Amino acid sequence: MDEIYLDNASTTKPISEVVKKIKEVLKVHYANPSSLHKLGINAEKLVKEARLHISNELQTKKEEIIFTGSGTLANNIGIQGAAYRLKKFGNNIITTEIEHKSVLNIFKHLEKKGFKVNYIPVNKNGIINLDILKEKINKNTILVSTMAVNNEIGSVQPLKKISKIIDKHENLYFHVDGVQALGKFNLDIKEIGIDLYTISSHKVHGPKGVGALYINEEILIDKILYGSNQERGYYPGTENMPGIVGFGEAIKHLPNDKTIKKMNRLKNLLRNGIENEIPDVIFNTPNEGKSAPHILNVSFANLKGEVLVHSLESENIYISTGAACTSRNDKTSHIIKALGLPDNYKEGTVRFSLSQFNSKKEIEITIKKLKKYVERLRKIMGGK
Amino acid sequence: MSNLYLIRYGEIALKGENRSMFEDILKSNIKKSIKNERGNITIYKTPGRIFLKTEVDQNIVINRLQKIPGLVSFSPVVEVPLDYDKIKKVVLKSAQKALEDSEYINFRITARRSNKDFKYDSMELQYNLGEYIIENIEENKREVDLHTPDLDINVEIRKNGAFIYSEVYKGIGGLPVGVTGNAGLMLSGGIDSPVAGYMGLKRGAKLLPVYFHSFPFTSDRTKEKVKELTQVLAKYQNNIDLHIVDFTNILTEMNEKCPNDLITIIMRRLMLKITEMIVEKKNGKAIITGESIGQVASQTLEALKVTNEVPQLPILRPLLGLNKVQIIDLAKQIGTYNISIQPYDDCCTVFVPDSPETRPTIEQVLKGEENLDINDIIEKAVENVEVIHIEGY
Repeated sequence: MDEIYLDNASTTKPISEVVKKIKEVLKVHYANPSSLHKLGINAEKLVKEARLHISNELQTKKEEIIFTGSGTLANNIGIQGAAYRLKKFGNNIITTEIEHKSVLNIFKHLEKKGFKVNYIPVNKNGIINLDILKEKINKNTILVSTMAVNNEIGSVQPLKKISKIIDKHENLYFHVDGVQALGKFNLDIKEIGIDLYTISSHKVHGPKGVGALYINEEILIDKILYGSNQERGYYPGTENMPGIVGFGEAIKHLPNDKTIKKMNRLKNLLRNGIENEIPDVIFNTPNEGKSAPHILNVSFANLKGEVLVHSLESENIYISTGAACTSRNDKTSHIIKALGLPDNYKEGTVRFSLSQFNSKKEIEITIKKLKKYVERLRKIMGGK
Repeated sequence: MSNLYLIRYGEIALKGENRSMFEDILKSNIKKSIKNERGNITIYKTPGRIFLKTEVDQNIVINRLQKIPGLVSFSPVVEVPLDYDKIKKVVLKSAQKALEDSEYINFRITARRSNKDFKYDSMELQYNLGEYIIENIEENKREVDLHTPDLDINVEIRKNGAFIYSEVYKGIGGLPVGVTGNAGLMLSGGIDSPVAGYMGLKRGAKLLPVYFHSFPFTSDRTKEKVKELTQVLAKYQNNIDLHIVDFTNILTEMNEKCPNDLITIIMRRLMLKITEMIVEKKNGKAIITGESIGQVASQTLEALKVTNEVPQLPILRPLLGLNKVQIIDLAKQIGTYNISIQPYDDCCTVFVPDSPETRPTIEQVLKGEENLDINDIIEKAVENVEVIHIEGY
């Protein structure tokens, strides 16, 4: 049986158009884009093209996009750069309790550097509490950072409403981690009023090792890395040509309205299948409309998520416990903790994450195998 | 260029008639540890000493020799013809070399003359060579210290030449691997069992590690971790055959058919039985485990008694006398600690019963096992054991 890959929120398989482009770059366009000769100029042209593809997709100016080495690096450059830039106006910065570690740990670092951080809690649907946000914002607040889509449960944050609250304040930047949102629904950065926006290539069938940061042309942020002047000096170092060109190609093939609908359909099929076939289940992902089309997070009573992952793996079906980045550390991720699950559900949490390339048949097989293993494992692992 | 090493061993010298056999095994272990490196190797015995002459890079040789059980200490040696002028120059050179690392040396010369034809006796050698150093190194940089020198320059006058050395590297001592025979090692991914294996190695046992894998209850990463641990142990034994038993069906069966509070103890019993069968096939004489007294439910004296009754082979528990801090220190020293603490479950932690029986009796356990078709599952497990050959270097 072919593999059924349902771990697309961890990373995705590069599409063949991307692989072809990368191969071409490695073989032909290997020159340094900074070189003065024609090979360098050709390479530079490719970087420009890729930047244009990204800015077209995000509906921004191409000058507002810088390439980085990952989503994590884009978050660092944006968040730290903003905090240090606006320090003279205040030292209060705000984020949420359910951010990805690549945001959360930057705020923890800034806390040590003397910033005062407020972590806004979320409700049972993983959506941030706007009243508390309003309460915590004051004239000393210089930065608010929130994710667009949560990576573990797929909840979508009300960015417009958040932006409205923020808009009333001066010298306050709005950063959004859009890594899980890219290509999953339409999001108008300019209309919402986002100042800094992070995306990553390998979540949208591009190569690993490349991300991008949108920096609103009307704002200034400090540099946190030093070197030459590549990426306007924000991310210095010789450009990762295969990565950048691969990302530019991947973004041309993002899901369209039709494929997004298909993902939603498959997700509902999976959700209903689990609900009908397997007892004692809690869905952590909010209903359609409040969640992204690709993520379904489920807790099974009296099970260990990791054992379920390995069981399905033996059938060539690949899913994840919680989030891949946290699953190897503490047993229950910080996001799942924030949702307040009953004790006997906490360890049995797994995440299915779809792509536009999954099929109805794959989902049907997954439900069947899932039912088989949940029954078997519950019998073995008993009431623990 | 060849370098010469003088290798000292301790306990072997005490072993009467077996001595020559022990020395040969040590010689062979030394040779094996560097045989894959580039360069010639010659090893020969003299009474009470082994000499290794090799072109292999000195850093590699020093690193490898420090991991060979049975070897108490060793020194890189310079071999000089029996010519006093040449000897004194080499002696001065080792003093000068020591001065590269420190501003100041306090030193002594220790001379031994087994070749009585040489023109100076050992007292004269010590006096003359000491004086030569004093004459040739500035006064504020050296001092003679006969009792606690930092630098002890040894000169041995033998029949076929003079041997000069000043550095002494410590080995791990004990007995050479292989002299006491083969022993099974119940190896999990934890901190204790690799240390127990190391203790066995130090007593000359050749390890046959057995690991129980229970995918999907245990991640394949745990299996990788056990392979890594085995690789570390293989540096002391040269190469190891890791035995991997697929334990999943047995666990499942146990879960269905045995009382929950006895699962841990029955699991231990089955593991011991399987280990014994594997080990006996390979002519093993004992089973080494990382057990200690009273650490966990399966290690109360009552529980140890009940598991002890399973195999005919003796169970050796070298960690019995150590506390956890000492075990951790040893694990760090041998290089297994950082591998062991990687956070992947082994099956013991997945299948811990809610309230395990800590004072089981044999009657209770036999009754708990009565629905299991033990012989059948054990035979299958032994038949399907996977053997992975792991080289130390």
